[in-house]
Amino acid sequence: MNEVLRRLLFLPDQASTFARDVDRLHYFVIITTFIMSTAVGLTAIFFFVRYRRRSETQTTPHIEPALWMEALFVGTPLIFFTLWFFLGFREFVRQQTPPSDSMDVYVMGKKWMWKFAYPDGPNSINVLRVPAGRNVRLLMTSRDVIHSFYVPEFRIKQDVLPGRYTQTWFNATMPGRYQILCAEYCGAGHSIMRGEVIVLKPQEYENWLAFQHRGLVATQDAQPTALDFAPPLGNMVDQGRRIAAEQGCLKCHTTDGTRHIGPTWLDLYLRRERLNDGSIVVADEAYLTESMMDPALKVVEGFQPVMPSFQGKLAGPEVAALVEYIKSLQSDAVRIGPSEGPAYAPIRGR
Amino acid sequence: MRLSEDDSHALAGAPAAPTYLEDGTTVMSWLNTRDHKRVGVMFLVSVILFFFLGGLFALLIRFKLLQPGPFFLDALGYNRMFTLHGVVMIFLFLIPSIPSAFGNFVLPLMLGARDVAFPRLNLFSYYLYLAGAVLAILAMIQGGADTGWTFYTPYSSTTATQVLPVLLGVFILGFSSILTGLNFIVTVHTLRAPGLSWMRLPLFVWGIYGTSIIQVLATPVIGITVLIVAVERVGGFGLFDPARGGDPVLFQHMFWFYSHPAVYIMVLPGMGVISETVAAFSRKNPFGYKAIAMSSLGIAFVGFFTWGHHMFVAGQSTFNAGAFGILSMFVGVFTAIKVFNWVGTMYRGAISFKTPFAYICGFLYFIVFGGMTGVALATTSLDIHWHDTYFVVAHFHFIMVGASVMAFLAALHYWFPKMFGRMYPEGWGLVAASLIILGFNATFIPQFLLGNFGMPRRYYQYPEHFQALNVASTAGATLLGFGFLIILIYMTIALRYGQRSEANPWGSKGFEWLTASPPPTHNFDEIPTITQMPHDYRTHEPPGVIRVA
Repeated sequence: MNEVLRRLLFLPDQASTFARDVDRLHYFVIITTFIMSTAVGLTAIFFFVRYRRRSETQTTPHIEPALWMEALFVGTPLIFFTLWFFLGFREFVRQQTPPSDSMDVYVMGKKWMWKFAYPDGPNSINVLRVPAGRNVRLLMTSRDVIHSFYVPEFRIKQDVLPGRYTQTWFNATMPGRYQILCAEYCGAGHSIMRGEVIVLKPQEYENWLAFQHRGLVATQDAQPTALDFAPPLGNMVDQGRRIAAEQGCLKCHTTDGTRHIGPTWLDLYLRRERLNDGSIVVADEAYLTESMMDPALKVVEGFQPVMPSFQGKLAGPEVAALVEYIKSLQSDAVRIGPSEGPAYAPIRGR
Repeated sequence: MRLSEDDSHALAGAPAAPTYLEDGTTVMSWLNTRDHKRVGVMFLVSVILFFFLGGLFALLIRFKLLQPGPFFLDALGYNRMFTLHGVVMIFLFLIPSIPSAFGNFVLPLMLGARDVAFPRLNLFSYYLYLAGAVLAILAMIQGGADTGWTFYTPYSSTTATQVLPVLLGVFILGFSSILTGLNFIVTVHTLRAPGLSWMRLPLFVWGIYGTSIIQVLATPVIGITVLIVAVERVGGFGLFDPARGGDPVLFQHMFWFYSHPAVYIMVLPGMGVISETVAAFSRKNPFGYKAIAMSSLGIAFVGFFTWGHHMFVAGQSTFNAGAFGILSMFVGVFTAIKVFNWVGTMYRGAISFKTPFAYICGFLYFIVFGGMTGVALATTSLDIHWHDTYFVVAHFHFIMVGASVMAFLAALHYWFPKMFGRMYPEGWGLVAASLIILGFNATFIPQFLLGNFGMPRRYYQYPEHFQALNVASTAGATLLGFGFLIILIYMTIALRYGQRSEANPWGSKGFEWLTASPPPTHNFDEIPTITQMPHDYRTHEPPGVIRVA
């Protein structure tokens, strides 16, 4: 049944854990739509045949619907539409909430290519390799205009915005190659801003990862045509530490928990911070990025808004590296240096 | 409905009251007119002109999409083409189409008024429309914009194409829209004939009234938004551009705060037309008059709170997505109420299958299918896959073309004798209607499937497995184009050589038929007194018993 309907509706393969659930609701909704539009059409035709005009002076009775009929007119669509909504929204929330054991991949969109960076090593352009059966969270940002990351077979899509991070996640079920399409219009190359997700069997993925050395993937997969793709420097945490020193972050932020001009970075990731307006914010990727770009917007209670904006001073990958560095600063499990092999430890607190 | 005995003579086309068409035949007498009917006709001619221009762009787009690779147009040319198609169709055709053309013509007639409340403002609104159109055309000659009609930042604030004149054009067109809406609201409040209480207003008036409220309240927001984008391009003002500290999603919120209600600016008048024509051709009182009237206001109201359903994957919060999703469902419920009541109107009627009725049937099918796919799109999880694909394109064409244009054509055929005193050729009318309904399905059903298949919109090149469906869609579009061309030809001929019609060829009991066809300049020598609901067919004499030789 699933297969027949899927082919009938031209839906692509179901290659992620969402795909089948989303499609099931899709069938329900589309079949209801067909039944309703056909029913309305047939009723109209029936009324036309049954109540044809028989003479030019024909009169008709004045009819108004009874109250129960009006209630039916309101109630029927209301019941169906709210049912669709609740079924759909449950799935939507699941799709918006990456599980805590996801492995992270940073994605940067740029006219007109995709760049992927793994926290502990390889970078690649236009090709994203992931293991099957693993939750993968994508942390995405754009270098220029808005793009949208779309993999039809996974039924996922998320806009990729300049100046902030958005996230999506998936769990690929079938090894294979799937096209990544850009779904937000971004100019002359919009329709050729395509990439590929290669879903590998877990063992193959680990083998691939083990073979990665500096810069290898970039030359294997595609030509980095733009200068602004910095050559991969191994490990994002190391990059982040270097950038933090170069940009002067560490003049105000400590990494050992002591209080200085700005809040300490130790255990900062996912800390619940009270702001000077009394509200609470969770220091996730979005907040950390925002605080680099617009530091005066949400200032932690007890600190002065003295930090300069790094808007335009930090490139997308540099922001990602800084965030990754801050994430590594955990008092109970400080992970330093590149992990050996595919050791994607779950990030604490999610 | 009754007219005093002395007036029926004057109304019956006696030499004392020349029709509005004969009252001055110089070009100046048209360009300088204060007559709502002449302004309506000028709008009608202009919007039809732009409809064909926008249609031509659409056919060029479809022609390119016959091939997956580069073909016929280059990427920039293609991007400009779909931008122009969107801008022309939405701002120059759909928004002014029914309200400014037919609304101007029949609304005062339906109210038993001699004109709109502010006749000069009405003419000014037409000239604003022309000025906006000229700016947009100027931009096309200079090379056009390539942002899409949605002008998303930061693309629109950084691209090198001619975005500025288009933005200014949209800004000026907005004022035209606001002034027309304002005029209609005041007209409905102040110029109703004696006895014409709110609950006796023709349903078309309710549709236009709801539309006007949206026009007055929402249009200023698009004005502000495009102005900020313009200032951002010229002066480096960074409200939307993140490179200058702005927020691109703020643009989307502001844009859709207008542009979603604008969908109801485009479709509510069409719903009004269907309410009128389904009653006239079924010769039956509207089933559930109050429900249809109030649902127009309901749509106008709820329509303001659903804009976020355009942004489910744009980076807004999950809570927002849920709130906007559930609110969007209510628009579907209000529309469903209307659909059931239109079908109910046919029940025990006396149905005559004329060309407008063919368009009513098309409209009903398209609005149910288009509306329900809209509700499906508002079902958050399904939207993730469909967002920005051809599914969305097909959905909104079902509403914009399937519903609004069908209603426009129903209105054109139904009121043609009212406007020009002549009949269109019925046989050709039915041929064109079947061609259009068939061609429309052949164009857009493949696009629904393309969206399911995963083809994003605004794609110049596409992966090869999408080709078969694209070719099918282009074939359908060609058929659709022929249908519209046939109408243009026979309507142009009928304008001059069409059979002269009676004052009320449909035997309709809509109030606009209370006067002669075409009406005299001041509509009514004496304002009629309304004693009944519109479309009361319990007796068979046509209202006013007016016959013109």
